[in-house]
Amino acid sequence: MQYAVRAGDIDRGGSASAQIKAELSRAGVDAVTARRAGIISFEGEMNLMVYAHDGGTITVTVEADAVTIEVKDLGPGIEDIDLAMTPGYSTAPDWATDLGFGAGMGLINIQKNSDLFEIHSHIGEGTTIISRIDRDGGRKGGSQEGS
Amino acid sequence: MKLQDLARTIEGTILVQQEDADVRVDSAFAADLLSDVLALTEEQTTLVTGMINPQVMRVAEILNITAVIFVRGKTPPATLVEYATRLGIPLLLTKKTMFETCGLMYANGVRPCRSGSVCEMSDR
Repeated sequence: MQYAVRAGDIDRGGSASAQIKAELSRAGVDAVTARRAGIISFEGEMNLMVYAHDGGTITVTVEADAVTIEVKDLGPGIEDIDLAMTPGYSTAPDWATDLGFGAGMGLINIQKNSDLFEIHSHIGEGTTIISRIDRDGGRKGGSQEGS
Repeated sequence: MKLQDLARTIEGTILVQQEDADVRVDSAFAADLLSDVLALTEEQTTLVTGMINPQVMRVAEILNITAVIFVRGKTPPATLVEYATRLGIPLLLTKKTMFETCGLMYANGVRPCRSGSVCEMSDR
């Protein structure tokens, strides 16, 4: 599944992730994994909406033992990834914080919900985040509700 | 507690009812900051919020939120109500503040949902 996310599109912001979560549930992915995938995708989608110059894409791959989510944009890129991963650190504009986002929790929440987390970013080239969730009933991420 | 009892407790109005009239509210999380709702709630819960933007229902859908209570007299737009109706997520409105709403809910047996804190996340 691949979804395009437009920069600054508040009306649709988050709709790709809601759709992804619903699709995963329909495809028989367990509730815990679908919830974690939805959170990862939503945080990524908010980043694309708020920060990426031209939006970006969210690609979801479902395998027998894992769900992988790739969030990719073509810029501006993150200057200091360690700083961006610090809880509470944010460069979000006012319009994003007015919506209830941009609290400096997004990347760390993506990492928290991932079993495998990779982030690659270069100024002027863009950012790619790859998150893999093992489909073993949610041993990570703290989510334990049933289906 | 049952949704109808909750509505009475917080002097609220049920805007969207779920087909299952016996839907219960036993745990809750209250925040306007949707980043915190996404990062810190760790189980199915009712959400108490003053946010009425389109992202609220999308967060609710992703987190399997059992019901959304809008406080401070905030009235969500029709598109949000339609979305909640389609999802079957009950919506309640109250004119009370978030503080008073939560106090009344707690006094009537609703408890905090299992959740993390920002310090725990930074310790990782």
